[in-house]
This record gives sequence, structure tokens and C-alpha cells, in this order.
Amino acid sequence: MAYTGVTPSARSRGMVREARHLLFTVAPGASWIVIFLVLPAAYLMGVAFMTNGPYGLPQMPLSLESFRRLAGFGFLGWSPGNLYTLLRSLWQTLVSTGLVVLVAYPIAYYISTCRETWRPIMLLLVVVPSWTNQVIRTFGWMNLLAPGTPLSELAESLGLIAPNMGLYPSNFAVTLGLVYNFLPFMVLPLYAAFEKLDIAQVEAAQDLFASPVRAFWHAVFPQTLPGLLAGIVLVAIPAFGMYVIPELLGGGKGMMLGNLVANQFAGGANWPLGAAGAILMLIATFIGLFVMRRIGKRLGGGEEVVI
Amino acid sequence: MNDSLTLDTAEASRNENVETAREASSIELHGLHKRFGRHTVALNGVDLTIEAGEFFTLLGPSGCGKTTLLRILAGLEEADDGRLAIGGKDITEVPPHKRSVNTVFQSYALFPHLSVRENLAFGLKMRGLPPVEREARVAKIAEFIKLGDLVARRIDQLSGGQRQRIALARALVNEPDVLLLDEPLSALDAGLRSQLQVELLRVQKRLGMTFVFVTHDQQEAMVMSDRIAVLNGGVIQQVGPPREVYEHPVNAFVARFMGHDNLYPITARQGNRLTTPLGELVADQAGEGDLLLIRPETLDLLPGEVAGDNHLLAVVNERLYRGSHAEYRLEVGAGTLQATLNNRGRHLPEVGDRVTVTVAPDDLVTLSE
Repeated sequence: MAYTGVTPSARSRGMVREARHLLFTVAPGASWIVIFLVLPAAYLMGVAFMTNGPYGLPQMPLSLESFRRLAGFGFLGWSPGNLYTLLRSLWQTLVSTGLVVLVAYPIAYYISTCRETWRPIMLLLVVVPSWTNQVIRTFGWMNLLAPGTPLSELAESLGLIAPNMGLYPSNFAVTLGLVYNFLPFMVLPLYAAFEKLDIAQVEAAQDLFASPVRAFWHAVFPQTLPGLLAGIVLVAIPAFGMYVIPELLGGGKGMMLGNLVANQFAGGANWPLGAAGAILMLIATFIGLFVMRRIGKRLGGGEEVVI
Repeated sequence: MNDSLTLDTAEASRNENVETAREASSIELHGLHKRFGRHTVALNGVDLTIEAGEFFTLLGPSGCGKTTLLRILAGLEEADDGRLAIGGKDITEVPPHKRSVNTVFQSYALFPHLSVRENLAFGLKMRGLPPVEREARVAKIAEFIKLGDLVARRIDQLSGGQRQRIALARALVNEPDVLLLDEPLSALDAGLRSQLQVELLRVQKRLGMTFVFVTHDQQEAMVMSDRIAVLNGGVIQQVGPPREVYEHPVNAFVARFMGHDNLYPITARQGNRLTTPLGELVADQAGEGDLLLIRPETLDLLPGEVAGDNHLLAVVNERLYRGSHAEYRLEVGAGTLQATLNNRGRHLPEVGDRVTVTVAPDDLVTLSE
């Protein structure tokens, strides 16, 4: 009888080998994700539906109390505090991401037009500040914006702020801190998009009667859209959950959702409420990503452009 | 499937709605200079008149300035010096988006985020035509170029030949005064390329539009053009119809670029009798030049040794049989000579044969280095 192929026993031996192969390659990463991401997330989910006990620790029975509190219903009836915090977080995210885009776009374009030898150096200049600890850099901004500093006095003399108030703490300081902090995360993906920009398309647009502004909109912008959307994701999501910057620069009226959550696990001590806040953040982030995907699809001519 | 579509001229002449009412425009260039950086001279004083309705080709090796010249016509590059007029109107300082000139780019430069239809309508939209008219014009050009169902596709669903067609249609739909084509066929394989050459030529003849075509391929230039300008080092070497440029190149550069290898220094002359490394030859139009050009296809080979004027003794060194013709490399005197013999069923000498090369005196051309 002629040999026709792999015998059953050989095949099963092959499958065993493949399974062992999978175990060694995928298992470490998978178990890491399960232990440090899936399990804590599941735990957090559970905590959110439990009741607040003494010292803020969760206890049985299950309830929706945390979500009621999160929505603003407390012992004294409804208060808008948490709603304001949520809206402030959304607003800060929106404004700072928008400003980051406006600042990063020309920088990325400019770097892409530089001589090739200069580009890595200029990118380095953009990135290097973020090698310093975020807290230290934020303290730096506190010193720059505090009452009595040149910047504050300039703002005072222009009548932008009340006397002796200083630029910090304020929502303005938080926005500034966020823009400063997240700039590299927008410049890098935008630069990558600009670097492989097909100039011929821009020239074709001009050749087809598009003014410089319209040539930008129809030929440059669509090409940089993938980079832009990637940058927005990289900036907006961490900005939305930011803790350090509003904590240090925002003061009582600059609190964001991240601070609300953090406080429940620390001073205020209400783990279920904190967990509920974290879940709210997660949901908001997913909605944001979904919207971005839709926008990307629409502007990208049906192609997937978002990560 | 759509690659195989060709334009049927007879059908086209019946189809009256494709005729353009526009008058074709002439182009005048005066003293164009262009440098890149301090050392690279792209154009060094170009004067040129391109007639209305002409298929005009800028031919030259890479770096000769032909693309720069085309880009100056499009307005994508600004000349350092000189004037440029289209249809009698000076447009030297007019920005590209205000010129009635459209370009077919070498890379096609189609917008990948737009559909084919949106690509075609782009120029019309930028000029502010209402949507109804845009659609009508796009439909008309789609029929004219025979795009068929391509208009509904996305750019990444098209083959190279289809993209080339869309790029052509996207430019033509605007009915420009002048159409510029920057090596539009160079990315295509040989078969498709020669097919699109014919198509492009028919489109131009039907529309009567002025086409300025850039290529480095002298065969392509000869097939397509009414007139050719050969460029080298930012200077126009020669302008003329294909036959004139091929048969009477003005200098060695043009001769070599048009594919001629049989160039020999004239070491002495007595009236029409020229002395060359090959031997003594009689030329009817012995001009001033110090080089003699012998075109391979003007030569004939006689078996054995035959004496006479313009009869040179030779040995066959190499024969390349190509079916319709055979190419010979011959050893003649102190030089080598290439000859092309049509295969009319006659005797084709073999390698090693002793033969006599003959050439008519009026087929010899003198030129200068």
C-alpha cells in the first residue's frame, strides 16, 4: 500500500506539539492579562455593586447605592456636584485635546519639512520633557502660575484675572497642564502621517483648482487623518482620566472624574462609589472610541483608520 | 476587462455630444530659467512655442529639465526668470489653481479617500459647478473614456491601467486649455502601455486639445507626437517633427538619444568625400559637422566583395535574428557598424561572412558634437 500522507498518530502528535507551542508562547502574556487586567476589572465590577461599609470597604448585600450616589443622590437629596465633575472632565478633555491638535499640527508639519538629519533631533526635543516625572513638571507649572509670578502679574495687568488670585489654581491651569503634558502624544503620530504624505495629491488638488486652504482640507487633512485620530485616542483617553494635573493645578473647583474616583479609595473612603466612578469612566471611554471609529470611517471613505 | 476597451473613432465622430466647443490654446515660453539650490540648473534659458491643438512631447533623460518645464506650465513650480503665456495670456504669476491647465501625474495622484466619481468631479466641484452639471459632465467623460462601471468603485479597487484612465478623465473633464502629461504611461507594463499610447493619441486628435507630454522613451515620443523637443541639461537641443528629429538630429546628443549608435568622426573631407574610420564615403548633404551619422536601416549588405562608391568591405561579427528583421554588427575598416536588414525572404548573411556594405549618398547625415 502506498504511503498517502500523515498517519493519524502522527497528526495527533503534531497537534500536541502545536498545543505545547501555543502554551509556551501565548500563555505568559495571556496569564498576565488575566491576572492584572481581567480579574481586577471583574473585582472592580463586583465592588461597584456592593454596599459601602465601615472605613469605606465594600460589603454585602449587593445594591445600586453607589450608582445612585454617583448620579448625585445623597442623604440631603440630589446635588449636582458629581454631574459637574463629569461635565468638567468631558469639557476639559474636549478643550485640551482640541488645543493639543492645534498646537501639534504645525509642529508635526514643520518637523516633517526639515532636513532629514534634523528631524530625529527635533522629535527628541518634543519628547524629552516627558522623560521627567509628570508630578515634577506639574509642580513646575504651579511655580510658574502661582500668584505674584510674572505670568500671573501679566494676566492681572491685562485684567484677565482678579488681583492677587494668580493663574493657579484654576480650570485654565488644568487645561494648560493637560495640553503641555499630552503634546508629544499628538505630535508623534501626526509626524508619522506627515512624513509619508503624498505631495503629488496636494499638487493634484491645486492643479484641479483647489485654493491652498481647500488643497489642505481635501488633500493634506485626509492623509493625516489616521495619525490625527490615533493622536486623539492617545490624548483624550488619558486626559479624561487624569488625576495628577487637576489635583495639583485645579484646586477644589478643578476636580475631574479621576480625582473623584481616587478620593473614594483614599480620604473620602467609599470603595463601591469609587468603583462605580471607574466603570462610568470606562463606559464613557468606550463611547468615545466608538464615536471616533464612526468619524474615522466617514471621513476615511469607508476605510478603517482608527486603531 | 476594462483594460481592453479602446476608442472607436468612427463611432466617436457620430457621437456628437463629446466634441468640445473650446478653441485649443497655444503656449509660449520665453527665456525660462530655473535652479534648485545653488548648483542644480534645471532649465537654462528655454524658448519654445507650442501650437494650438498640437501633441507636443518633451523628451530627454532624467534630470534634463523636462518635468520641471511641465511643472512650471502647471504652476506647481515657479520659474526664476522668463515669461509664460497660454492662449496669448501671460500667466507667469498665476497660481496653479487659477490656471486652465490640468495635469495627468506620473503617480496618477488620485485621492484614495474619494470614490472614482468624486475624483472625477473634484475639479468641477472646486470651480463651483452645481452638482447637476457636475454629474452630467462626469457621466459624459466616463462615456468618452469608456470607464463603464468603474465610476462606482474605490481607488484601491482599480488596476494600474484603470487608474491611468481615471487620472486622464479627471483632468479632461475640466476641459482645460492645455493638458499636461507627466510620463503617464511609465508605470504600466509594455503591452498595456502601447495600447494606451494609441488610445491617448486618439483622444487628443478627437478633442483637438493641446497636449504637452513628458517622456524619456524616444519610441513613445515618436509614436505620439506632432512635434518633439529634445532636452538636455536644461537646454532644448532640437525641436521638430519625429521624422526630422530621428533622421536629421542636430548634434551627437540628440542622435544618441534617438537611438543612433553609428556615429563616426570625420577626419578629412574633400568636397562631398568624407574620410572616416570606416573608410571613404560620399554624402549628398555634407554639412558643416564633424560627425557622420549612418542609420542602420539605410544600409544594405551584398554578398562577397563589390567595388564602388560607398561600398565598404565588411565581416559579419554578430547577427541577431528578430523575425521581421535582423540586426548585424559588422567589422568595417577600423570601426564597427550596426546594420538592420528587413527580412524579405532574401539571403541573410551569417556570422563570419565577408560582405559589402552599401549606403545611398543621400542617407548620410553630418552633424556636430
